[in-house]
This record gives sequence, C-alpha cells and structure tokens, in this order.
Amino acid sequence: MTTALAHTWYVTQRYSRTAIRQPIWVLSALLQPIIWLVLFGALFKRIVEIPGFGGGSYIGFLTPAIVVMTAMFSAGLCGMTVLADLDTGVIDRMLVSPVRRGAILGGLLVEQAAVVFVQCGIILVLGLVLGARYSGGPLGALVLLVAATALGVGIAGLSNAVALTTRRRESVIGVVQLLLMPLTYLSSAFMKLELVPGWIRDIARVNPVNWAVSGGREALAGNPQWGHVFLNVGLTVAFAVVTTLLGTAAFGAYRRSV
Amino acid sequence: MSTERVRLGTATVRDRARGAAIAAGGLMKVYKGGVKALDGLGFTVAPGTIFALLGPNGAGKSTTVKILTTLSRPTEGDAFVAGFDVIREADEIRRVIGVVAQRSGVDGASTAVENLQLQGRIYGLGAKTTRLRTTELLERFRLTEAAGRAARTYSGGMRRKLDIAMGLIHRPRILFLDEPTTGLDPEARADMWQEIQALSEQEELTVLLTTHYLEEADRLADRLALLDRGRLVVEGTPEELKAGLLGDSVQIELGTSELPALLSAELEQLEAVRAFSVEETQLRAQVDHGATALPVILAVLDGYRVPVISATISRPSLDDVYLQYVGHSYDHSGTTVGGPR
Ligand SMILES: Nc1ncnc2c1ncn2[C@@H]1O[C@H](COP(=O)(O)OP(=O)(O)OP(=O)(O)O)[C@@H](O)[C@H]1O
Ligand SMILES: [Mg+2]
Repeated sequence: MTTALAHTWYVTQRYSRTAIRQPIWVLSALLQPIIWLVLFGALFKRIVEIPGFGGGSYIGFLTPAIVVMTAMFSAGLCGMTVLADLDTGVIDRMLVSPVRRGAILGGLLVEQAAVVFVQCGIILVLGLVLGARYSGGPLGALVLLVAATALGVGIAGLSNAVALTTRRRESVIGVVQLLLMPLTYLSSAFMKLELVPGWIRDIARVNPVNWAVSGGREALAGNPQWGHVFLNVGLTVAFAVVTTLLGTAAFGAYRRSV
Repeated sequence: MSTERVRLGTATVRDRARGAAIAAGGLMKVYKGGVKALDGLGFTVAPGTIFALLGPNGAGKSTTVKILTTLSRPTEGDAFVAGFDVIREADEIRRVIGVVAQRSGVDGASTAVENLQLQGRIYGLGAKTTRLRTTELLERFRLTEAAGRAARTYSGGMRRKLDIAMGLIHRPRILFLDEPTTGLDPEARADMWQEIQALSEQEELTVLLTTHYLEEADRLADRLALLDRGRLVVEGTPEELKAGLLGDSVQIELGTSELPALLSAELEQLEAVRAFSVEETQLRAQVDHGATALPVILAVLDGYRVPVISATISRPSLDDVYLQYVGHSYDHSGTTVGGPR
C-alpha cells in the first residue's frame, strides 16, 4: 500500500513539473475562467430579474458554475497527455519497471485533481472580488471544490478511456468538444432548473455536471439542505469512480494489445 | 549449421533456464488482426555474455524484447529471464532487468537529472542512493554538462545515452537494448559500443541487444541469432556462423545500376552461385569456389553488356551469413570493394 502511494506520488510529481513548465498553459488555465466569469457575468446580469429566479446577485449564482466548468474543461484533454506518453514510450518504460500499474494513470489523475482544486480555488477568490458572497462559508467553499474536483477527475477518467481505446488525438478532442458544452448547458449552471424546459430538466437529473453544480452551489448557500448536497456530491464522486474504472479497463486493453 | 527447429516443451525450457540469463522456447506471438510476429522462437543466453538479435524489419526482434521484458505476453511458448517465468513472475523479472526500448521513453519535458531520479525512485532506490547513482551515470555517459536541460533539447546520441543510463540506474543483472545505435553517427556509435562492452565486462551484465548493423553484432556479440519472419534462422558465435559458410564471397562493382531484367534469372540458374544480391552497383554472390565462379559470373555480365569496374573474392563476412540465410544483403558501409571509382 505504501509502495503504491509512493509510486503514485512520483508519477504525480512528474506531471505537475511538466505542467508548471508550460507558461502558456498556466496563463490560459487562469485566464480562461476569468474571461468566462467576467463575460457571462455581464451577459446574463439581468437574468436574476426574471420572475421565479428569486433575485440575488447573478455573479453569486454564476461563480459555482464557472468553478465547475473550469474543472471540466481543464480535465477534458487529460487523455492527450496519455497519448503523448504512449508515443514517446514513457508509459511502456514504466510498464517494464516494478512501478505499481495503478500508479501510472493514478499519478496523472492525482495531478489533474490538484490542478483543478487550485484553479477552482483561485476562481472562488476572484468571484469574491467581483462581488459574489458565499454564505456557506469556508465549509461550503470546500464542498464546492470537492464536487468540482470530483467532476474534473471523472472527466479526466473519461478522456483517458477514450484516448486509450482509440489512441487518436482527434477522438479525444472530438469527444471533449461534443460532450462538454452541451453537458454544461443541460444543467443548472447558468439558469435555475425551475425556469428551463422539462426535457432539459430531465436530462439534468442524470448529468454529472448538474450534480456537481447543484451540490456545490447548495453547499455554498446559506442554510444548505445537506441531504441535497450529499446526494449530488456523492453522485459526482461515483461518476469519478466509474470513469476511473473505465480508464483502468482501457489501460488493461492497451497492455494486452502490446 | 543446422537450421532445423526443435520444439521444446516447458520442462526443457525450464531446464535450460537454470543457470542461464535468458531461456526461451516455442515463443509464438499473434497480434490482433492475425499478424504472426513470432513463430516458435527459442534461444538461450548465458550469464555475463552479449547476445545479439539480427533480422530484417518486422522479423520480430522488438516483439521478442517486449515479451522478455514482460511488456507483452506470448500467445504460446515459454520464456525465463534470470530464472523467472515471464508470465507468472513478471514482477521479479522487472526488478532485475534494465530496458532500453526501440522507442526512447525519455520524458522530453524533464531534465536528465529528473528523468534519472524518477527512474531511480520507481525502482525503489532511496533518495540518497538515487542522487549518487544519478551523478555517477551522468559522468559515465558524459551528460553532466547537459544534465540540467530539458531532454527535448538533446541530440539523438545524448538522448540514447540518457536512455541507457536510465536503464542502468538500479544496477540490473540483465540489460535489454533494442537498436541502441540506430540513428547515431559513426563516432557516437563507436562510443556506445565501448560503453556496452565495458558494461558487460566490468559489471558482469548480461546484454541482449538487437541491431541492424552486422558490424555491431560482429564486434560486440558473443553469440548472435538471425531472425526472419518470427523464426530463428541460425544461431551461434560470429566465428561459427562465418566458418559455417563454405566457399567464398564474390563482390563485383558494376559500372551501372540499371541492369537488364533477365540478368537476375540467369545468375540464379548458375550452378556455381548459391545466393546473390544486387544493391545499387554492388553485386555480391555466395559461391563454392571463388576462383572458378568469378569467370562464369563475369561472362554472364559480359553477355548482357554490363560494365564491370572491379571484382574481389573474399572469405565470408557476417554480411554473407545474413545474405545466405535471409536472402538479401544489407547496404553496409563497412564493406568496400577495391578498384578505381
Ligand atoms: N502492437 C502490434 N500490433 C499488431 N502488429 C504488431 C504490433 N507490434 C508489432 N507488430 C507486427 O509484428 C511484426 C514484428 O514486429 P517487430 O516490431 O517485432 O519487428 P522488428 O524485428 O523489431 O522490426 P524493426 O527492425 O523494424 O524494428 C511486424 O509485422 C509488426 O507489424
Ligand atoms: Mg524493432
């Protein structure tokens, strides 16, 4: 067990190092959510005035959504890293070493989780600067970050599974583009579910993005309904577990195909 | 030299594995889609020796290395490395082998130091041992100066050296090198040969290497095996293989590379010629008696009005061994044919 943890940690360190060394990546990872927050905040500012929305500040409503969106888009291309490491032979080199098999993808997922967690934390602070108020306090913020990180890991697992199954960059990019935007809009990210058509509401119920937004947003609100929070954050974590297993299975299939 | 293949059961492979660094028998590998990469391959490598696998592209050299290094599972057959079964005792094998694959496996975004340190830690070396080994290996492979630079900025030769250093960090007992010198300039290649030789002598390392350079196998290998289409064609020491070829080798430099279509067929029919190949303006033939075969060949060439610049008769080289068994010769810079250009 300690060996597995140690190995995972070594692999995590390697990925963190290479990520931090790409200044463009670091910059865009921070700029993109800022742009979203400012842009969507301005664009949809008056949505709160719609009857039934219940008032409040839109930036306060939007910040958890941007947090979750950032998590998704940040992790979506995780599979590209796997493909690059397959191409250069880095993964094969690990496979002929005594490294624990689970540490190879595990280390990458931990790195993704850490990146997402930090990125989302920064957005929360930024939201505060732009006028959002978090009545749920630090505990609520933490729950939101956990939900966003779980969603990020879930998307990363999915991305890895697609990458290892198809072994094509185009497939990873294609799936990400096809899935992430619709999943975002088929949730309560920008609009209360009470105000959207019934069919969108139905889809949202089984949409992991909605689970993360809805659970996290509730936790951040004053006097949250903890039952709702636990259910949704729990479902998001379950999603992460399932896609991690999918990624692991795809990795097994790769190993058998060598 | 017998090219007959003997099918060995697990028991006998296991017997051979006792005291051997590597023993394989009846190895088959069928990839998805039905490609038969290995077709009943078997051989034994004694500890402390250098063993070379040769063969044309697609012969199954890398597949063999992948199976012996536990990356890939054989479809059938048995293999033991350091006495351990490649399927049931893969973990044990992974601890005692070093692997340098055909595809590098160096992380370009990290420095040489970082690559080596990650490798050391993964193999269970402590932080201090890893640091010491890293410094030692960087010096040994003359990478100290570049050690702090991202590996993506290295030349092909430097990267290959780092590759080998990474394969050695945990002091393996058996080292696998899949085409260690492909893409290196002659100087870097000679350098690498020295390193490999030294490793085998000083550290009692067993080395299995694959190569396309016959000269390399001749220089380095204690024994070598020739593969073709997943099968062992011939195996032995370079001397045995050369001695096993009766007769002489005839090399003729032609004045043109545009040869009449029928020439080939006619040469094939000559009693005196056992095998031949033409590459650009070099004709190379395996014959029983050089002195009697040469006039016959020259007469045929003359009949087709193919100008001849020079002709040489020599004792067989590994090129001829290769030519004899695999049927087409390498374009090989080490072979020169005398005469004015
Ligand atoms: N993962 C794979 N899936 C399907 N076929 C494969 C796979 N790997 C290798 N092959 C096939 O198996 C055969 C043997 O390949 P291998 O890489 O072992 O040859 P090699 O002797 O190393 O050749 P080279 O000198 O070009 O490196 C080839 O026909 C190759 O196309
Ligand atoms: Mg190969």
